[in-house]
Amino acid sequence: MSPEECRTVFEMLSEYIDGDLPADVCEHINQHIAGCAPCVQFVESLRKSVSAFRDFRPQENPAPLTDEAKAELARAYAAMLARRQSATPAR
Amino acid sequence: MNPVVTSDPELARALLNGEAGAFDAFVSAYRGKLFNYTFLMCGQREDAEEVAQETLLKVFESFDQLREPDRLKSWVFRIAKNFCLMKRRKSVFAPEVELSLDELKPARADGDAIAIDIADWSALPEHAAANAELREVLAAAVRDLPEMYRSVFLLRDVEELSTEETAQILDVSLDVIKTRLHRARLALRQKLDQHLRTSKGVYAG
Ligand SMILES: [Zn+2]
Repeated sequence: MSPEECRTVFEMLSEYIDGDLPADVCEHINQHIAGCAPCVQFVESLRKSVSAFRDFRPQENPAPLTDEAKAELARAYAAMLARRQSATPAR
Repeated sequence: MNPVVTSDPELARALLNGEAGAFDAFVSAYRGKLFNYTFLMCGQREDAEEVAQETLLKVFESFDQLREPDRLKSWVFRIAKNFCLMKRRKSVFAPEVELSLDELKPARADGDAIAIDIADWSALPEHAAANAELREVLAAAVRDLPEMYRSVFLLRDVEELSTEETAQILDVSLDVIKTRLHRARLALRQKLDQHLRTSKGVYAG
């Protein structure tokens, strides 16, 4: 184990835990980690952290959509559909 | 008579064809998601609701310009990101800070060449976000992320968009997305690590 190697591994850990690394690079990291207790600890903590934050949603929900705001959206939608309908037969 | 919409491409087609129920299905599928993103990007409830409404309005106005129905979600979030940026220009924002890897890497334990200084992560419950105190810690950590990292974290890890989609939304390269995601995750991990040290054992069992 050399700190330089730990550093190289450290820089690639997100791609490593996402499974986004080429097979040979992934294998290289596996081999390093197999013999490096600090890296094992760190990878585990990063995995747990990523999974905790993935589940995170703020407590706040938007206020219910007002009739006025919904009508504004519905008008925009209807206008888009009308424009599309009048444009299509012309082609 | 309402279409059974199971995927974004189907939803996009149903909307474009003016199918009954598609409008409501879209609003209910996307309004909460958009608010979640805009709230964490703007920080203010009022701004976040305004940006979510502006985004939905723009989406409905220009839905016929969506070229690829498969890309509905990234198209919608790109619009949301642009409205967030416009909102930002009107208010005072902290300057963008780069997160440095050196500050995010684990410190060596005192007097030890190998061991690292790390909290006891076994104390973290499996469903951390379900715990009220931890949820507050998670929320504060996300708010504290510099904006360019927060945006990548929200799109990649919370909204589960791909690196490619996130790069399209934010107009940066794939490598920039990968770098920012990694630093965002490391910064969030560091906040949680600090919290676990001060609350040792509280969540165990
Ligand atoms: Zn190592």
